Amino acid sequence: MIELILDPFRYDFMIRSLITAFASGAMLSILGPFAINRNMGFMADAMAHATLPIIAVGVFLGFSISELGVPAAILIAIFLGIIIKNTNVGEDTAIGIIFSSFFALGFVLISLLNVTINLEDLLFGQILAVSTSDVYIVVSLLTIVFLVVIIYFKQLLFYSFDPIGAEVKGLNTTFLNYLFLILLSIAIVGSLQTVGIILVLSMLIIPAAAAKLVTDTFVNSIKVSVLFGVISSITGLYLSYFLNLPSGPSMSLVATSIFVLAFLSNKIRKKGSLATVTIS
Amino acid sequence: MDTKEVNSVDTPLIISDGCCVHFGSAPALESVDFSINKGKKVAVVGPNGGGKSTLFNALAGLIPLTEGSLTIDGKSPDEARGTVSYVPQKDLINWNFPLSVKQVVEMGITSRKLFNVFNRKKINQKINKALQDVGLYEKVNDNIKSLSGGQLQRVLIARALAQDSEILLLDEAFSAVDIGAEEDIMQLIDSINLDGKTILIATHDVNNLEEKFDEVLCLNKHCCAYGDPSEVLTPQVIEEMYGSHTELFMNKSHFKKEENNSSD
Repeated sequence: MIELILDPFRYDFMIRSLITAFASGAMLSILGPFAINRNMGFMADAMAHATLPIIAVGVFLGFSISELGVPAAILIAIFLGIIIKNTNVGEDTAIGIIFSSFFALGFVLISLLNVTINLEDLLFGQILAVSTSDVYIVVSLLTIVFLVVIIYFKQLLFYSFDPIGAEVKGLNTTFLNYLFLILLSIAIVGSLQTVGIILVLSMLIIPAAAAKLVTDTFVNSIKVSVLFGVISSITGLYLSYFLNLPSGPSMSLVATSIFVLAFLSNKIRKKGSLATVTIS
Repeated sequence: MDTKEVNSVDTPLIISDGCCVHFGSAPALESVDFSINKGKKVAVVGPNGGGKSTLFNALAGLIPLTEGSLTIDGKSPDEARGTVSYVPQKDLINWNFPLSVKQVVEMGITSRKLFNVFNRKKINQKINKALQDVGLYEKVNDNIKSLSGGQLQRVLIARALAQDSEILLLDEAFSAVDIGAEEDIMQLIDSINLDGKTILIATHDVNNLEEKFDEVLCLNKHCCAYGDPSEVLTPQVIEEMYGSHTELFMNKSHFKKEENNSSD
């Protein structure tokens, strides 16, 4: 068994992939509980798709996807935040317009600039191709996300729970709004090589949704979400290594399996407590 | 002399002088004038869209005035931040978050400074005191999802008390709570008011206001009336606010008195 676990460590590319998978899984699932409780799934999906034109131009100029991470994340977060705040077509509609038009623009730019990008890798992830510098960047992004969430935890929680109350209390809600959007965008862009544009949403919301089913407090839901996220990404990578499966979809399916187990355990627990009440 | 007389000083605390708020070209409040003294318990009544929440938002510094002035202890709402606690309508809060009662009350002490000036012991003392005041001390570690509508409202009031501000704004405090819970909240508000806090409550219930409140502010985009409920809630003012539905309020005691006087 131990030999089986250690087997991938014979290869440098697998060590790099495992570290990146850990960092991406943890980074996305730290923010997941905030995102699902604020119903920001669609927004996160739009952020992932909106990266395509930036990646097209960036790769054309000679940057890697990881190197583009922070500036792309800040650009997308600020742009989305401004558009949503200043249009009166409704948040969902504004996000939908940005989502589809940016994705379309990305494809057009890839074609116009004649950029050499493997679209399948970009859409579904190709973690085995990460370089050493990519690993450093993703681990740095995880550190940034982790520290900022720890430092601003109470303010972010207050703003997410009751934005009006937070503003009346004197918190800088505009700053907190953009701070969260930037963190979310950083986590998404930083995880594109791991799970890709299409599947990054699954690693953001599925571990968090599973954690919400088996925990009672928000803080515990973050801890369990990180645990589920890391288990999903590492197990998914192992499955892809041993069974020769695509890594991004494998991680996503492991996360879904954890969610199904959490869902069933939640149902059984509720039935059990109902039976106890009926007997007593 | 009771505590209320000691605390309720005839000093204007909130002064609205020709206050106007417009959303685009649509007026939400037009030339609203009133002056609320310190320590008063004021009901803010009016129809939906009459400007109750807009006034509260303006007092809380959330929206700017288009014209006129609104001052809190001589300061603009923006400058007076921290002296006002706001309990918003329940549907404006994201109840998805699985938070404990303690976490919600602690938000009243959360400031924009990253590291709180209070130490953990002091914070806990403040939270416990606020929860004791609202009668929910035993629920300190409970999840807010396990609480009733009335208890949730009391948790939000505890959060406002932990903030330790002079003025308490409660928007639709009695919506979605049963009569018993409404009575409990009203008793709680009375006790807070006895401590000298100035309290404004937006409510749809115009019955028995004279028994519950010192003053009433009647709004329908403009100020229809302001003063002692038994004096200002006349059929004309009710009609000015609610149009042709005056008959709904005809069971009010002072309406009856007025009718008797006219028949004499």
